[in-house]
Amino acid sequence: MLSIKNLHATVEGEEILKGINLEIKAGEIHAIMGPNGSGKSTLSQVLAGNETFTVTQGEVLLDGNNLLELVTEERARKGIFLAFQYPVEIPGVSNMQFLRTAVNAQRQHRGEPEMNAAEFMKLARETSKQVDLDPGFLKRGVNEGFSGGEKKRNEILQALLLQPRLAILDETDSGLDIDALKVVADGVNALKSKDRAVLMVTHYQRLLNHIVPDFVHVLADGRIVKSGGKELALELEERGYGWLGINETAAAAS
Amino acid sequence: MANTDKQVNELIKREYEHGFVTEIESDTFEPGLSEDVIRRLSAIKNEPEFMLEWRLKAYRRWLEMDEPEWAHVHYPKVDYDSISYYSAPKKKEDMLQSLDEVDPELLRTYEKLGIPLHERAALAGVAVDAVFDSVSVATTFKEPLAKAGVIFCSISEAVKEHPELVKKYLGSVVPAGDNFFACLNAATFSDGTFVYVPKGVRCPMELSTYFRINAANTGQFERTLIIAEAGSYVSYLEGCTAPMRDENQLHAAVVELVAMDDAQIKYSTVQNWYPGDENGKGGIYNFVTKRGACIGKNSKISWTQVETGSAITWKYPSCILRGENSVGEFYSVALTNNYQQADTGTKMIHLGKNTSSTIISKGISAGHSSNAYRGLVKFGPGAEGARNFTQCDSLLIGDKSAAHTFPYIETKNKGAILEHEATTSKVSDEQMFLCRQRGIDPEQAVSMIVNGFCREVFKELPMEFAVEAGKLLEVSLEGSVG
Repeated sequence: MLSIKNLHATVEGEEILKGINLEIKAGEIHAIMGPNGSGKSTLSQVLAGNETFTVTQGEVLLDGNNLLELVTEERARKGIFLAFQYPVEIPGVSNMQFLRTAVNAQRQHRGEPEMNAAEFMKLARETSKQVDLDPGFLKRGVNEGFSGGEKKRNEILQALLLQPRLAILDETDSGLDIDALKVVADGVNALKSKDRAVLMVTHYQRLLNHIVPDFVHVLADGRIVKSGGKELALELEERGYGWLGINETAAAAS
Repeated sequence: MANTDKQVNELIKREYEHGFVTEIESDTFEPGLSEDVIRRLSAIKNEPEFMLEWRLKAYRRWLEMDEPEWAHVHYPKVDYDSISYYSAPKKKEDMLQSLDEVDPELLRTYEKLGIPLHERAALAGVAVDAVFDSVSVATTFKEPLAKAGVIFCSISEAVKEHPELVKKYLGSVVPAGDNFFACLNAATFSDGTFVYVPKGVRCPMELSTYFRINAANTGQFERTLIIAEAGSYVSYLEGCTAPMRDENQLHAAVVELVAMDDAQIKYSTVQNWYPGDENGKGGIYNFVTKRGACIGKNSKISWTQVETGSAITWKYPSCILRGENSVGEFYSVALTNNYQQADTGTKMIHLGKNTSSTIISKGISAGHSSNAYRGLVKFGPGAEGARNFTQCDSLLIGDKSAAHTFPYIETKNKGAILEHEATTSKVSDEQMFLCRQRGIDPEQAVSMIVNGFCREVFKELPMEFAVEAGKLLEVSLEGSVG
């Protein structure tokens, strides 16, 4: 489904991704781990089409089509979804309005009829319960005054409503207490399907206790240095990154 | 940043929708202003003697006044002798008896502007006075309003039919010599709207005036007077458009509101005069004086304005809070794009005890435009227990636009309470990226973010117009992401 070949990317002239290779098939869950500064978040942003980053080499194919030639919103409509690490606030725009605009924008591009306000409200209310968000949140401004955990759950709510082909979760576990982590994990597990893939970017192993990955990749200094099954995550937790020849402090400093 | 700016700039480039010209025969005065022109104007309108005297007095005063230069706007001096002070579509008879006698070309013009004048087609619950260049061409729903005792007519008609009310209130809130533009208006005003709501009456429908400038080289000088007697309520809305012309045109209006004990006036404006082209050529100079007097106890005047048009806007809808416990409100959205300049805000003059006022101003600047909020909050010695809350928010789109805030405070009363909040923000790249990542078009994203920014003001508009205002912002923003 998603095929990343020799992907290089820079920000403000500095190379962050230095040749990423990754194959993701429908139905799979991949986890990308690695120390701070290794390029994990950059990879998610580049896949979603953030124009702050420049792709200098390589290719990314989604279902055989060149993803890199599409702008952000076109990628989203092809099914790329990014759950943000730090979801931004949009004051005065209600969550309901935002979500409905997004869902209808995507439906429109698939040639499906738009959902009216009543239909959508019903769907949004049911889905928000799934991530343990009070339906009252739908009336509030997008992420306006939300706690860290609420923002993350709101991201998962969006994924559940938009039903993407590939859901990229950027450090979705950071800043969550154990209960919130469980809720978010349940949401992600509800996303699992044979037609959909999930790419989780995480610093810690603990999320992987709740969402079991099929593959784990270790990213260091802009390259995948090791790939394995779910047991690799446990090994990393036990042994750190040092045994892979990664100097965590140095990587963080870069 | 760069990417977002590009999107905004593309968004802002949309064309002005109401820029067409109506081909209609007009009686238009030769350009120039003199006592003779004023006499002719007054004669054409069959005005009583007191009105002519009032005009002449204002004119003589105006000759001695200087054009104000303190506003944060720049424009070449207006040549007042190059403007025609009267232009009216030719009529077959002297007075229109019904809408059926209105020139079909005019009816089509208003229809095109989205303001059907035929009552059966009209917006339910909204009565309209249509002012075309210098004259009122039609007023709808006069009969049902008359049944409720509400007078809703053109000011020319009021001068003749209700001279006692006009004599008593005209110039009582904005005196003829108040300022340069108000004084020019007092001398030359050609039409406008008059509203009188008697004691205890809640006006049964929304009232509105739709101002249209059509003729070239013509100034529009309209005057609106609204009187709400004790315990009455009225909601009034004005809309404005003009054709696209390369020359600047002057619009110098005066609005006076009078609220007695327990009366409430809600005055909303959707101003969409031609703003000039993307290089700043042409457009309306909108130099307007609007003021309301809360004379009675517990009276309330609320101004809501959505200002998206005009090359230059110079406008400070104000409240004089004389009555005890009276309330003044000002909710404003001012959007400038391309080379538009706006210097707008309000004055809240607290004279009575326990008076309170609220100011919510949202300025949005895009393109090369400049947008200034200028406000005065004044507490007189008798304003015991008075309070004001002011919130000024600016939103910048792109990196070539400017926002300024000039809040003035004068207090002669130590017991008054004042709160002031101000913010400046940008439509951020992060916000744009979030919206686009969810599949939303950049244009739709900007308009959604800007609408969100204006929400506190839009919710004050009458329902029918809140939707309209949202759409108007979208159009005005075309070509502009920041």
